[in-house]
Order: sequence, then C-alpha cells, then structure tokens
Amino acid sequence: MTTTPEKAAAGEVERTDLVNVTIDGIQVAVPKDTLVIRAAEQVGVQVPRFCDHPLLAPVGACRQCLVDVPDAGNGRGFPKPQASCTLPVAEGMVVNTQATSPVADKAQQGVMEFLLINHPLDCPVCDKGGECPLQNQAMSNGRAESRFSGGDEGIAPAIKRTFPKPINLSPIVLLDRERCIVCQRCTRFADEIAGDPFIELLERGAQQQIGIAEDAPFLSYFSGNVIQICPVGALTSEAYRFRSRPFDLVSAPAVAEHDACGSAIRVDHRRGQVMRRLAGNDPEVNEEWITDKDRFAFTYAHLDDRITYPQVRDTDGNLRPASWPEAFAVAARGLAAAKDAGGVGVLTGGRLTAEDAYAYSKFARVALGTNDIDFRARPLSAEETSFLAAQVVLTTPGNGGVTYDDLESASKVVLVGLEPEDEAGAIFLRLRKAVLAGRTQVVALAPYTTRGLGKLSGRLVPTAPGDEPAAIRSLLEQSEYGIDSTAVVLVGERLATVPGALSAAAELAAKSGARLAWVPRRAGDRGAVEAGCLPNLLPGGRPVADAAARVDVATAWGVDALPEAEGRDADAIVAALAAGELGGLVVAGVDPLDTADPAATRAAIEGAGFVVALDLRSSEVTALADVVLPVAPVSDKSGSFVNWEGRLRPFEATLSNPSSLPDLRILSGIAEEMSLVSAAAPLGFRTVAEVRAEMAQLGPWDGVSTSSTTGAQPVEPSSSVEPVETTDGVDHLRLATWKQSLDNGRMQDGDKYLKATARPPVALVTRAVFDAHGPTITITGDRGSVTLPAAVADDLVDGVVWVPANSFGAGVLSDLASPGSRVRVEGGQA
Amino acid sequence: MTSTLTPVLTDMWDVDRSWTLAAYEAKGGYQALDKAFGMSQDDVITAVKDSGLRGRGGAGFPTGMKWSFIPQDNPKPKYLVVNADESEPGTCKDIPLMMANPHVLVEGVIVSSYAIRANKAFIYIRGEVLHVIRRVQAAVQEAYAAGHLGKNIHGSGFDLDVVVHAGAGAYICGEETALLEGLEGRRGQPRLRPPFPAVAGLYASPTVINNVESIASVPSIVANGAAWFASMGTEKSKGYGIFSLSGHVQKPGQYEAPLGITLRQLLELAGGVRAGHDLKFWTPGGSSTPLLTAEHLDVPLDFEGVGAAGSMLGTRALQIFDDSVCVVRAVLRWTEFYKHESCGKCTPCREGTWWLVQTLARLEKGQGNEADLDLLLDQCDNILGRSFCALGDGATSPISSSIQYFRDEYLAHLTQGGCPFDPERSTAWAGQEVTA
Repeated sequence: MTTTPEKAAAGEVERTDLVNVTIDGIQVAVPKDTLVIRAAEQVGVQVPRFCDHPLLAPVGACRQCLVDVPDAGNGRGFPKPQASCTLPVAEGMVVNTQATSPVADKAQQGVMEFLLINHPLDCPVCDKGGECPLQNQAMSNGRAESRFSGGDEGIAPAIKRTFPKPINLSPIVLLDRERCIVCQRCTRFADEIAGDPFIELLERGAQQQIGIAEDAPFLSYFSGNVIQICPVGALTSEAYRFRSRPFDLVSAPAVAEHDACGSAIRVDHRRGQVMRRLAGNDPEVNEEWITDKDRFAFTYAHLDDRITYPQVRDTDGNLRPASWPEAFAVAARGLAAAKDAGGVGVLTGGRLTAEDAYAYSKFARVALGTNDIDFRARPLSAEETSFLAAQVVLTTPGNGGVTYDDLESASKVVLVGLEPEDEAGAIFLRLRKAVLAGRTQVVALAPYTTRGLGKLSGRLVPTAPGDEPAAIRSLLEQSEYGIDSTAVVLVGERLATVPGALSAAAELAAKSGARLAWVPRRAGDRGAVEAGCLPNLLPGGRPVADAAARVDVATAWGVDALPEAEGRDADAIVAALAAGELGGLVVAGVDPLDTADPAATRAAIEGAGFVVALDLRSSEVTALADVVLPVAPVSDKSGSFVNWEGRLRPFEATLSNPSSLPDLRILSGIAEEMSLVSAAAPLGFRTVAEVRAEMAQLGPWDGVSTSSTTGAQPVEPSSSVEPVETTDGVDHLRLATWKQSLDNGRMQDGDKYLKATARPPVALVTRAVFDAHGPTITITGDRGSVTLPAAVADDLVDGVVWVPANSFGAGVLSDLASPGSRVRVEGGQA
Repeated sequence: MTSTLTPVLTDMWDVDRSWTLAAYEAKGGYQALDKAFGMSQDDVITAVKDSGLRGRGGAGFPTGMKWSFIPQDNPKPKYLVVNADESEPGTCKDIPLMMANPHVLVEGVIVSSYAIRANKAFIYIRGEVLHVIRRVQAAVQEAYAAGHLGKNIHGSGFDLDVVVHAGAGAYICGEETALLEGLEGRRGQPRLRPPFPAVAGLYASPTVINNVESIASVPSIVANGAAWFASMGTEKSKGYGIFSLSGHVQKPGQYEAPLGITLRQLLELAGGVRAGHDLKFWTPGGSSTPLLTAEHLDVPLDFEGVGAAGSMLGTRALQIFDDSVCVVRAVLRWTEFYKHESCGKCTPCREGTWWLVQTLARLEKGQGNEADLDLLLDQCDNILGRSFCALGDGATSPISSSIQYFRDEYLAHLTQGGCPFDPERSTAWAGQEVTA
C-alpha cells in the first residue's frame, strides 16, 4: 500500500547520479538521496514501516524501520541501529536489514512489541483488520507472544491505555484513539499535502493523541485520504465503518467521475454493491490522493430515483414501463418524424465516457443527419466553441500538451477562471506540491484570495468578473509577472461566459510562449470534445467545415456524406426548440438548472415535439420526455474518460449488471430501428469494445485545420464596465460565482456525512459592503433574490459580491442572476 | 581542602543583592564586553576553543567548535539560544545561577552573540520557575538601560536584542531541537537531524544553542584568558563547573570546583553523608546518567573519568542516596518521571516508559519472578539507542545501572513479597517521629 510508487522507471534515472550501496550483501545502484528504506525495496527487502510514506516528508517517528549500518560509506558504522526511512544512501554504504542482521531484527521486534502494548486487540471488529499494516507487520516482524502480561497468580495485570470510543474529527472521519500509534501520517498529510492542518497532536507520552480544536473540525476537501493512509484502524469513515471486511471485498481499478482530473480510484464492492472507494496510485496523475467527493460520492447511483426500466409516454400522456425493443422502436419512430419536422438536436451533458460521447457524435451525424450537438450543459459561447477546436482538441501528454508533471516544473502557473481546490482537486494538490518544493509560483486572476489560493501561497491579480481579458493582457504587458515559455496558463470553463477572455488567454500563450491548457469541470467534457460532441467538430478533432475531414469520417463510417454545415450549439438548440425550428431532442444527463437559462431550457424541452432522454435517475427532463431510457452508471460499464491533460483514462466495468446498458448500446438500438423506418444508417457497434476499436481505427485528424487556428476571430471584450452604483443604500454589484467542491450537486446525493462537510453557503463582500449591510444580506438579480449570511473577503475587488453557484436553492442561474448580470445587495433579515 | 573550590560563577552569590546590575558591576561585571569588542569575532571563538570549554548542559561538546560550525556565508540571520530549561531530576545549577547572578549570563550572551555574529539572542527558561524568569527579565531590562544591550553596544557598532522566553512545562524542551520548536511556537518535539541547528536551527537559520553555564563561563574566559581557564580541570575536561549536591548530605548545595574533583572531596566539603548512614548510590549527572556506588567515590568527575566508570558526567547533579533508600523505589520514581515527560514522538520511549513503570511497580510490590529482571533489561535494550532522541536513552540508565549494582536488592523484593525498606527512614524527618 505504501511502498514507493514506480514513478522513476529505471530507464529515466540519470545514470550519473547513481550511488552504490550494499544491502544485505546485495549491491545495488540507486539515485542519489534515495532513502535506505526505498533502496532496500530495490533488492526485494521490505523493511517494516508505519510513519514512512513515500509522498510525505520523512519524520522517523515510529522507529519500526531500524536497520544496522556497519558502514556509512566512510568506513565507519553507526553504533546504533538507524531509521532507514530518514537515512539517505551514501556511496559505499553497507546496510543490513532484518533479513541478515540479528541486531536489526531484534530492534524491529522490540519496537513492534512496544507498539502492541497499548494497541487494543479488537482486530475482529476493526475496519482495518485484514488490510492492516500493523496486523500484517506484527505477523512478519513481531514476536509470536506478548510479554506485556500479568493478571495471574497475584500479579497485577498489565494495563493498556484506553480512551472513550470513537470521536468525530469531522462528520466523515472518526478517530479511535486507542488504536492510534501516532505515526503522524494523518497530521502530516493535512499539513504537507492538503494544507488543512486542522488535526494535530495533543497531550504527550502514551496519552499523545490526534485531535482537533473544539471549534475547528477537520474540514478539508481531502480528509478521506487520512483514512486510507492510516496504518492502523484509528481513522475510519462514518459511511464505511463496520460495513464490511476487507477480505469480503472485490477491488477493481476505476477512474473518478466527479471532475476532469482523471484521478485513479479503487472501487471495493461486495455482492454487487459498491462499499467504498479509495485512491488509486497513479504517480502521473493523482499520485495517491483523491478528493472527498471522488471517495465518498458514489451513493447517487443507488438511490430510489434510479431509473431501472425504459418508459414511453402513453396515449394518456403518462409515462409507462416499456420493454427495450418497444422503447427503441418508439424512440426511432419519433426521432425519424422529428428529423423530418425540422431536425433533432442532441445535448449530451458533460458526464459521458469518451466511448458514449463518440456514440452520440456518430448518432447525431449518421442517424439524425445533424451537427446540432453540444456537450455543454452550462453557460457557453461561440468564442469557446472556436477555442476548443483551435486550442484544446487533440492536445495530449504525448504531443506537447500540458501535464501534471508540467505543473510541477513550471516557473509560473496562471489560473484564470479556475479555482482548483473547488473545481479540480488533483490539480490543486499537484500545484501545492510544486509550490512547497519552491519551484513554482501560482498567479490567479480572481476576485479575491480564496482559501485555496492562500494555501498555494499564490499571487492574486485582483480581477472582477468580466475584467479577465484586460487582466490577462496586463500579465503580458507587465514583465514583473514573468510569464514566459516556462509558464503554464490554466483556463477554466467559466471563462466561456466572459467575452474575449479565452481569446486573450490564447493570445497570452502565443505571445509569451507559455503553454495553455483548458480545465473543464466534468469528467466527460474533454472526451466529448475529442469525440466531436460539438457543432463544429467531428470525432478526432476533424473540423466539420473541412471537406476532407468530413470525407475522412464518412468513409470510415461507411456513409455517403455527413452534414456539411456547422450545427447549433446548446444555446441555439434550446432557442431552435423554443422557436419550433427543431422537431425533437435527444438529451442525456442534462440538468436545466446548470444551463445558462434554466427556464428557457426547461421550456424548450417541454415544448419540443419529441424528446428522448437517456438518464440514470429521474429528473425534470425525464419527466418531460417521450421516451426515457435508463443508462448504466460508471460502475456498471467500461469506458474511458479523457482528463484535462488529454490523457485517456480507460476503466473496466466494476459491477456486472446485465440490465445496465451503456448509452452507446442504447443509441445503437435506436439507430438500428431508425434504419428500418428512415434513411438513417445503423451505428455498426453494440459494445464498448467495438466502439473503442472504431475510435482507434479512425484516429486523430492529421490534416491541417482550415478554420482559423488562433481561435477564430479574436473577440473583443465587452465595453469597459461602468462604476459601482450606490443608490438608497443599495449596492449594484458584479456577481462572481463558481461551484464549490461539495455543494448541492446531484451526484453528491445520498451521503449525508459527506454533505455535512460542505462549506456552508456564505456571500463574500468587501468590508465596506459588510459594514453597510450587516451580517446577513439579500442579493437580488434578474432571476430572483436570495438571503445569505455575509462574510468579508479582505481583498475582494470593489464592486463585486461572491456567492457559491450551487449551494443554495436551485442555484445561482435559476434563483439569482443570469451570467454576467448585475445584482443588488441590501441588508437582509436573518 | 578549601582550595579545591574555584568560585567564578558563584563568586558573588554571597554579595548583598547579588543579582543587581550594581552589584555585578561592582565586581567588575560587563568589563569583558569591551575586551571582547576589542577582539575580532574569530579571535573570541578561538579563545573559547583554546580554553577547552565543553558544553555544560551534559553532552560536553566543545563550545568553541560549536560556534565555528556556524556558516558565516549564510545570508540568513544567526541566532544564539540559551538553553535554560533545566528540568533534569537532581540538576540544580542553572536556576540558582540565574537567581543569584543573572548578569553573568547576560554578559556571556552578549560576548557569545558577538562572536557568532548574532544580533538576536533568546534565553529559553523553564516555565515552572517564574521567579527565575522574572529575575532574568529584570536583568535584561537593567542591561538595556545601562547600554549593555540594544543598538551600538558600548560604541562597538554591535547590536543585540535579547528575548527571555518562558517554556511551557515540558522536560523534552531541554532537548535542543525540541526547544527550538517550542521557541517557534510549535509543539515541543525533537526535530529530525540533519539539518543540524548550526545550519538550519531557529527559523531555519544558523543557530547556536548553549547551556546557561557554558555561556556564563565565557566572560571569565575573555577576561582572564583561555590559558587561565585551561589551567583548571583535567587534560580533556578543562575549567570549573558547578557541582550540585543534593539528597542525603549534611550541607547540600552548589559547589563550584575544577572538573576532575571527586565525590569524596565534594562530600568532605559538604560535611559528608547524613549522620549515621553510609553512601549507597549516587548519580553523577542527574537521573539520566547511570548511577554509581560507594566504590566510585574516587572517580574523577570529568567527562572521561565518569565515562570510564560506566556513567556520564552529565550536568554534575550529584544526588546522594544513603543506605536507607530502596533503589527499586528510587528507580521507579525516576521512571515515572520519564513516562510522564516522554513527548510521545517515537515508539520506544512513548510505549517503553509506559511499560517500564508497570514492570517496575510490580517488582517493587514483590510480584513476579527473576525472569522479570531480564524482561526489564530487555525492554531497556529495546529503548536504548532505538528512540528518536536521548530522552529515551536516559530513561533506561537508572534501571540498567541499578540492576547491575543492586540485582540482589531487586530479588529481595521478590523473596520478601514486597519492599524490605521502610520509606520513612529515608525522609528528612526520619528519627524525629513522635511515637504514640
């Protein structure tokens, strides 16, 4: 579990930096500064350890890894056994581990015996029993019998230290103090990795324990990692505690579906049910850490509102259960008719696997004969559409795309429209690692120094929403920011709402030589770009407008031709539905509340002639659909996500559930039926494997894009923003907002403990606004009004108010204001 | 034998209001400053090196050499930290020194800071001794007012600020890196070395940490010369030191004498062991040093002599125990202290002391068998040299040394089913009881 990640493959190591050591009589060459405990792994010796963790700074606290060092490389030995987790190798060093040294073996057994005297014997009821490093290493490196005894023949019994059981460090993390061996892995993680040092050692000696301040629970978006790295059962999860035994679980590798980071996870399931999720170990992506959302938010797929069978709208207007063949046939006939009645739009949401996205892309072109397809279920712009085609699609780690490792080696990382702690946890942790190593400075264009930016020791370029283009230009104009070819610019999907911002970012990259990457929020966003779930792109980055590209795809798909005109984007599809220009809609995993105009989206779906909804759970969309088709959750299907780097993150199905069909299978069924009733062609695949093969065969576009490569025409930012108006004690402010990591998102449903760790919704205002309007404020925009507790953000840009986007009511877009609009702030009643 | 004493630090303890600046200056105090400022910093370091002064906090590392480890090309500020966290059971030299003559410490701090080019010095005083903290604070205040501290001291161009810091009641903070953690406002636990404090100590800057007595000895070295200092003591343990005698002696107290003096000589000065009793065992340097017995009365009390006898000079805290004392009971009390003071960072000390107390307590009650003695020794073997810092090592010293010299007494507890001693007999009021 905690051995060295195999990051540095032998071939990558600089040969000149090798140090020769002899471990247990075996000579081995390891890179300079390697710790003895890792060098020993190279010769196949696992020195027992607890406090040591390859991703945490050495501490040498538990003393379990003591080894004998008869020669430190200078001809002299250490008189005492040394902790191999803190001792770097030296040329000529001789090390004898427990495998060959009786001294080391006895030292280790002695430490193990000490660890066990105060450790309870509750392994049979402990969550960790069966996967416990203490249990395992007590077997491999401990004494068979304890000498910590007594209690017979008039001898006083040996007394273990006890504590009342257990205490909550946070709503999701529980601590059984008597099990704790105070290795400090958790406190070091909180301090060194997450930057949320809300757990700390308290008391001393055998009473030493992990604790929190009375008024400050361990609230961190990454808190679950401490449960995983705890080498005993001291830290447990409220949701998983006492739920299962490790040896009853089946583990499967998977990829987290909550953000665009592509984090490797491990899914543990039992009898067809996911019991828990853990971080996978992928040194190139998420290392060994995941967010709490990735770890705990998986119950959404097993709630009562899960759709388990197809439904069609009956003549009485109600949805009724239907068989799959009937549903396919009804959907096919309806779509064929809608196609004739103006056409069918496709909204795919951002959560599809790349394979499913490919199926929608092909379905739109081949079955529906349209380029009216868009994955963006959120505010978007034509500028963004061009930007994705020009700057994003087809960039991968293999062809110069920005990677996690690049973040670590960049001199500067500029964040624009991106709050990594909330929106891309793995990026946040990697940036923090880079910053703490002293290599990287983070510069953020944001309205205030967020908690996340503070933890990155980042530099704020105070930027009100809408002012990003000018702020981006200022980075280029002012050399003090030092943006050059060693810098990386990360732009978030939120920038789509700011006219000119994405163009300015592209311009910044082009002129400074800095590298640019786009970081969306959802796991399927980037894969959808690659698969062509856009009105201007076909699969593999082929421009719709390019005749050669169309021929390329048409040939591969065995069809005569593909629609030539670029299609409608999501906003235009909604508008066209409302105007009656489109006859129908295929919609997958779209929540109207996420879209730029929730009411308009809702009305468009309601008014659409024919709607086929593919979804996991009942929603307001499925309630309005004519055909509802249940799709498999990610646990039930294989697939791939493409993360923000452009890295393919394939995974296999965790659970085998024959009634769960992936989207691509359903689309294939509908297309097949359509081919019988209309001129549509079938999709030619039924399984994920077939789609993967087809995608591989098609490959990326190798032609030169004929559309503008700089992101279409540079879009000029909207006219300069008018000054803040204050009339009658009412402030008219610009609204800054984004979604927090934990909020009211539907995929976090079902885990009340996780929900309890979300940051409570609060409106951030300047000191002046706070003083004027008090601790509770009412914010009113063009879509409604909301009253929230207010707090002061010290460096918030004047004229701005910040609220979380989806932490109250139905969210900002539905309940408060349209993107880019002004809001009024006044004192509110609590 | 009165000539055996060499009062330097203790010289003015009998002066009226000896702790005041006036009294100190009347005795020639703060005159070493100008002499030091007339020398180059490196010459001061050389003088301290040549004097042979070794750390008086117990480990005996050469003070001048420690100062020369400070990398002067490091652009970070340099710091001097005085370890005044005197907490070792039996050790009682720094606290009376700071009470009776705080200005000699302040003067030493100024000269030492000048030598290592530190413009900020910290005196970390054990938090429980509030009276001492106040006295040193007052002395520092007096020194500022007199121009001995602050900007451009004595017109030398040398600036120095001194901060008197109160500890929070942890024995571990006498360990120099734990002390630095405490000084930085963190939890007092020892740091991983390297980096050593000389390279990255307080606030990750080059730092010298010296004991109170070491620093207080510096003015006399500067004033009288290295040769004067080196003329006292033994070949490798030069100079004088405060020997504090406590326990069953007629006149307990601090006796300042050249290193190398013997306990026999000191006992003569102190009027001998309590009347009617014989010396049974003693610690040469506090409870963390293996105890010695009457056969070691003529061991020269210098680093080498005590080391050769199987113990350590430590802090010259001579605790004298006469024949009324149960060694098992005494060792148990010490072990309880270590259990209470273990910081918890490393397993052997944290868990080991917890277990040692239980094993010892059982033996004291006469429970168990002879094999438990071997268990006790094996536990010590698993702690000594396995713990993170020297506190764990120190916890084993009284146990293993007492079993070495008094195994039979341990066994007597087992055969008699309890302690053969009457603890009343070792008290100060023994023999004065009013019988009914």
